[in-house]
Amino acid sequence: MAYVIYGDCIDVLDRSCVEVCPVDCIYEGARKAYIHPDECVDCGACEPVCPVTAIKYHDDVPESQAAFIEDNARFFLEPLPGRDEALGHPGGSNDLGPTGVDTPLVSSSPASSRGA
Amino acid sequence: MIPYRVAVVGSGPAGVYAAEALVRSRIDVSVDIYDRLPTPYGLVRYGVAPDHPRIKSIIVALQKVLERPQVRFLGDVHVGVDVTTDELGELYDAVVFATGASVGRRLSIPGEDLAGVCSATDFVAWYSGHPDHAQAAESFPLAAESVVVIGAGNVALDVARLLAKSAEDLTQTDMPPHVLDRLADSSVRDVHLVCRRGPEHAKFTAKELRELLELDHVATKLDAGLLPAGSEDPMTAANLKAFADLAAREVVDGQRTLHFHFWSRPVEFLEAGGAVAAVRLEKMQEVDGAVVPTGEVTELKAGMVVRSVGYHSTPVGTLPFDEDLGRVPHDAGRVLGPDGRALNGHYVAGWVKRGPSGVVGTNRACAADTVVSILADLEGRPPRGVAPDEVDRVLAERGVRPVTYDGWLSIDSEELSRGQVLGRARTKIPDWATLRRVGVPGVRRTSPRSSH
Repeated sequence: MAYVIYGDCIDVLDRSCVEVCPVDCIYEGARKAYIHPDECVDCGACEPVCPVTAIKYHDDVPESQAAFIEDNARFFLEPLPGRDEALGHPGGSNDLGPTGVDTPLVSSSPASSRGA
Repeated sequence: MIPYRVAVVGSGPAGVYAAEALVRSRIDVSVDIYDRLPTPYGLVRYGVAPDHPRIKSIIVALQKVLERPQVRFLGDVHVGVDVTTDELGELYDAVVFATGASVGRRLSIPGEDLAGVCSATDFVAWYSGHPDHAQAAESFPLAAESVVVIGAGNVALDVARLLAKSAEDLTQTDMPPHVLDRLADSSVRDVHLVCRRGPEHAKFTAKELRELLELDHVATKLDAGLLPAGSEDPMTAANLKAFADLAAREVVDGQRTLHFHFWSRPVEFLEAGGAVAAVRLEKMQEVDGAVVPTGEVTELKAGMVVRSVGYHSTPVGTLPFDEDLGRVPHDAGRVLGPDGRALNGHYVAGWVKRGPSGVVGTNRACAADTVVSILADLEGRPPRGVAPDEVDRVLAERGVRPVTYDGWLSIDSEELSRGQVLGRARTKIPDWATLRRVGVPGVRRTSPRSSH
């Protein structure tokens, strides 16, 4: 169980959540941020600071966004497009930095006007 | 190139995250983190509920900061006593006060000082093995069958949940043995949570409320009729759903019962035999957006009362302090003097800066904001160049022997082995003498790296 960032983050990538995460478990893709399901400690700091309400605890993710529960995990557990190895457990997003790449689900999403 | 030197007072999340933001910044800086206690991590160690190990694991992230080569830990140093705030101001290029808010707010109603009425701050510190509270067990009459907890936040809920859980549920935690023994002898059957406003206003988080659904031996009672149909605010809606589930649930083997009382405020604590015996509650209602008393009064039996209605800070050394707000006046983290101007080189972060709000991570952004001010103020100003061991010399002259990070690792490893003997991950050392004996060994010995 962990907090999950879903589709509303795409092309917004506000990063307020990254700043309040006490364990550095929110990683930056090209268009969206992803929470590491194993590194998250369920503290809930990220949920209220998201300007587009795109973060929920696993159990509270709306049905329409359920695909993002698995997709957050996929960002870490499967090799990202163009990469040979999965990210695995980097142990901190601050040291890793932005990855510049998204999961197929996110990169195939239509461009959002929200970030403009 | 001489690095800047910054002192951080307080090794809770705000202090450690301030140190992290400094060492990750563009300037060359070394940071000394002071704590009054021999042990680091503040409320993550002494406030986060012992049955919430996942949140406690934030310590792993804080530990990484303390292990950075630019960072030193100086535990068991009481700033304002062992070394003054002014002295720190002269020894460092900047001083960040992150001393938290450790005093529970009072209700200011009759009977508040009766035996058996305590603040959640003290009760939490006691069961967390805080060395200032090792002797405090008599303050908490767990022989009471009915306990009233006043407050509608997660601290109140932590206290209520721990009182409602069985001792077996808690043996796997890091609570010290004397605390577990007392909880095992507890006669508590009913725990009443008293909330001034309605379920839609309560500051509990849904995740903590849902946790109650998993407690097989704890029945939960609340008046489902008080639950509004829903809320546009997603977090309130999640709480209401959790309350509805709690109201609907049937517990077959309920050894204890947790009751939620909404729209109620305590107006007096009633005495019998020299100690609290009951709480007089008044029904509240909302009129034109204001919460007002109805005049309707009831009494609730209570052999013990825990008030959890917020915290305030205490003054630090000679630092300016706003008694009304219970915190240090500041502008973007810069401490403000009586004339309203920023004091040179003094900063605040965390609860002493913004009051007791938010969760652990809130302090990370808060500390980072303060560090932005520090960096701007240091811009163009060369480092003072005070030798790093100057403060060590000052402390040694006064007979102060700080617990270093290695000293803490000795305490840590002793706690882990004490836990291992009992089949638990960790058992805390709750007294000053042992913490000091283990933390400042006569001969420095190497200890294994900590694992949490």
